[in-house]
Amino acid sequence: METTDSGASATQEAPRFSRRLQQWLPKLVLSPTLLITLVFVYGFILWTSYLSFTKSRGYPVHELVGFLQYARVWAQPRWSVAIHNLAIFGVLYVAICLFLGLLLAILLDQRIRQEGTLRAIFLYPMALSFIVTGTAWKWMLNPGLGIEKLVREWGWTGFKFDWIVNEDMAIYTVVIAAVWQASGFVMAMFLAGLRGIDQDIIKAASIDGATLPRIYWRIIIPQLRPVFLSSVVILAHLAIKSYDLVVALTGGGPGYATDLPSLFMYAHTFTRNQLGMGAASAVMMLLTVAAIMVPYLYSEVRHARAGGH
Amino acid sequence: MPEPAGIDSRPTGDTTMQQHWDTPEMAQGKGSLRSRVVIYGLLGFFALVYLLPLIVMVLTSFKPLSEIYAGNIVALPKQWTVEPWVSAWETACVGLSCNGIKGYFWNSTKMTVLAVILSTLIGLLNGYVLTKWKFKGANVLFGLILFGCFIPFQIVLIPMAAFLGKVGIASSTAGLVFVHTVYGLCFTTLYARNYYIAFPDELVKSAMIDGARFFNIFWRILLPNSGPIIIVTVIWQFTNIWNDFLFGASFSTGESAPMTVALNNVVNTSTGERPYNVHMAAAMIAAFPTLLVYIFGGRYFVRGLMAGSVKG
Repeated sequence: METTDSGASATQEAPRFSRRLQQWLPKLVLSPTLLITLVFVYGFILWTSYLSFTKSRGYPVHELVGFLQYARVWAQPRWSVAIHNLAIFGVLYVAICLFLGLLLAILLDQRIRQEGTLRAIFLYPMALSFIVTGTAWKWMLNPGLGIEKLVREWGWTGFKFDWIVNEDMAIYTVVIAAVWQASGFVMAMFLAGLRGIDQDIIKAASIDGATLPRIYWRIIIPQLRPVFLSSVVILAHLAIKSYDLVVALTGGGPGYATDLPSLFMYAHTFTRNQLGMGAASAVMMLLTVAAIMVPYLYSEVRHARAGGH
Repeated sequence: MPEPAGIDSRPTGDTTMQQHWDTPEMAQGKGSLRSRVVIYGLLGFFALVYLLPLIVMVLTSFKPLSEIYAGNIVALPKQWTVEPWVSAWETACVGLSCNGIKGYFWNSTKMTVLAVILSTLIGLLNGYVLTKWKFKGANVLFGLILFGCFIPFQIVLIPMAAFLGKVGIASSTAGLVFVHTVYGLCFTTLYARNYYIAFPDELVKSAMIDGARFFNIFWRILLPNSGPIIIVTVIWQFTNIWNDFLFGASFSTGESAPMTVALNNVVNTSTGERPYNVHMAAAMIAAFPTLLVYIFGGRYFVRGLMAGSVKG
């Protein structure tokens, strides 16, 4: 409904004002989000970056010290452990999730009865909090009462599975729990990819006598390259951001054997009164994530635009 | 952006998908009996492995502590008891106070409901503006907003702690609602924008010609057709916010903590013999809301997951 003002004096003013309001309204509606993004995302990134170049310890100070805080971070043995752990965890987490996800998706793609139920079973860990996952696995991996005891009761009396309290092995328990949680998600991505593949090519190959494993290896899996790319990007950035799971599962221990950059950042910021070092480690985390996500988002958005949107 | 192909014939409502998937002529699913047995065997094995932690949690939470120390993790309780659940809810110790997790459960409920409603509403409006009232630079702005979804939140912790303190909502549910709304907007905007982009412009244009206004069009034309995307967004936000730990741990103290923080404290509060059954009951209570959402809205949960990762 158009409001038509028939009052003699205001005939010009009111419609013009309402028309102008209509013109500005969309931008007005979007502006709070833009403002919020500018302040709480980009502004805060700048703020933290600035802090990382200052002498700040217990509270922010404005004395600039260049890259000193970064040098101090890199001089910490704890940071080296965190980086080393991130490398082990990241590589194994991404690789095993991809392998299991693809395997489960291909198995489910064989016209399986109860496919929906199985899918739901593989995917439900994704709905849980990392803290719940960590709590559950901490209990299962308990050396005295968990899986170790179970296998011993089954007859293998010398069985030993104490990774969670073993400095050298604890990081692998994080891998186990994280893979359990995320592999179903990768399965869903691959399954969607598989369902998008043109069946005619597969039928043709099958008529030509190619066996199904060969069809998968030669024809289907190569076509899933975009899914591989998306999965690797998503998983890698999740690996860098991992925090809750380690806190709940090992608390970073034993000692700081399962520390990750995220735990390092939290400890130095909130419990060790080293704001500058906390900020410096956060900036390095952001740069690593950005190095992965920005090219990906850029190519996706460009691709979508070229695709007609 | 085309919505990613569904994992079954249902989600897109696209009939070509239905014709493609699961036709009798397909090569898949035609193997020998032996290969069928192997496939089902593998799937059954993996299903068991994935279910194991949940089974262990449930069994442990219904056992008396004596059975836990005497038996193994998959043994059925000889004597079923709800005592651990009652104790987790009413008397478990979270740090120094031993009033159970009930208060924290309600903290999380309040926080989640409010933040979900706020972020979803704003996200829908943003999506509407970004697709139906496009202006120069809209795509760049969208890209800027989108990046916010992927930052490691460690980068905002220090300034946000200072900000919440200055504004006077530090260590309160209000503060956490604010934080979750702010950092949820990019996802809700992403979902709404990618959904509305496929909504026919003609309907909006003809309504404009008929003289309908900005909010009228949104209210009368887009919103009634937004059912699926509202469900996807609400489920995504609900799961994310309920499950959050980092913001909860950073911006709350004591009584104002959300459920996840309380659970972590329950597990790490050790006085003598550890009540593992109470820990598991508390974990089940913390998992309950999101599991419930998953069971009833699983289809939409999956769509949210995919739309949040395979984007464009």
